Amino acid sequence: MTQNNEWPLWEIFIRSQHGLAHKHVGSLHAVDGASAVQHARDVYTRRNEGVSIWVVRAGDIVASSPGDKEALFDPAQTKTYRHPTFYPTPDGVKNL
Amino acid sequence: MDSKLSKFQYLLRLSDNCLVLSQQLAAWCGHGPALEEDLALTNVALDLLGQARLWLTYAGEVEGLGRDEDALAYGRDGPDFRNLLLVEQPNGHYGNTVARQFLFDAWHQHLLAGLCQSSDPRIAEIAQKAVKEVRYHVERSAGLMIALGDGTELSHDRMQEAVNKLWPYTNEWFESDAVDVQCAAEGVAPAASSLSAPWRASVEAVLNRATLAMPAYTGHQRGGKQGMHSEHLGHLLTSLQFVQRTYPGAQW
Repeated sequence: MTQNNEWPLWEIFIRSQHGLAHKHVGSLHAVDGASAVQHARDVYTRRNEGVSIWVVRAGDIVASSPGDKEALFDPAQTKTYRHPTFYPTPDGVKNL
Repeated sequence: MDSKLSKFQYLLRLSDNCLVLSQQLAAWCGHGPALEEDLALTNVALDLLGQARLWLTYAGEVEGLGRDEDALAYGRDGPDFRNLLLVEQPNGHYGNTVARQFLFDAWHQHLLAGLCQSSDPRIAEIAQKAVKEVRYHVERSAGLMIALGDGTELSHDRMQEAVNKLWPYTNEWFESDAVDVQCAAEGVAPAASSLSAPWRASVEAVLNRATLAMPAYTGHQRGGKQGMHSEHLGHLLTSLQFVQRTYPGAQW
């Protein structure tokens, strides 16, 4: 399986049903976008998991740096008033 | 020819193509050139096995002698198999397997599209399920043909060699014998020769994109549909049927 080293890495997102968002399910190697979609179909939707597939080259994802964690996320810890827990949820609203 | 007998024979041809090719592809499981390819090819093998089961079950019902899918898959000897010679050709290297798969898939999709219109509703139903799977198979194998044919000099030469080697096995499926004539006359199946032009067009389009040449016709092999096989089938059946031959009727 040495060829894997030459194929770029792709991140795979699957939408499991209509109305839900695409969710990251894993990654795989492929030569281009079209074959990444085919591989994703074969690797991640064999058991009827999805209705839509997105693939993104792993190198194209811009991610936050672990070193910035404190500056980015810690300030939100103490601001419980930002949670919308004081509102009743109307009946019949799903996936909120 | 008796209409029941011809339908039974025709169903065996359909099932045995799928069964033998599935067994061949299964040998790649765990040995594919990349994890993603390995899984994809095994998926194709499983699709074909599923189709073989549907055809075999119906063949047993048409025959009416109480043979089920297992009896037909594990209890027949080589000369009773009705698969095309193409599908029993050895796996070889991955390029040989890809070329064999593409040449078969391209034919299989046109055949199944024709069988969707069968006068036998059961055959039409099975074909409608199978044709969706096979449309994906041909998309995949055509993509690999193009990637490898139009790849490096080495991969191009290997693919051309693979196609040339298999070419003599791509004619018998267009020839009609008494079984084909009877099934076509009753509207059970499309005429064997009617698939020739669409198949050539599909193959030519992909070979062109793959920068591969259509091999020239230099004679061809026939006999698979009538049970005259190459030596390869015997070896394949030995491993396919080993358990049931050793422990007849074993279940788990």
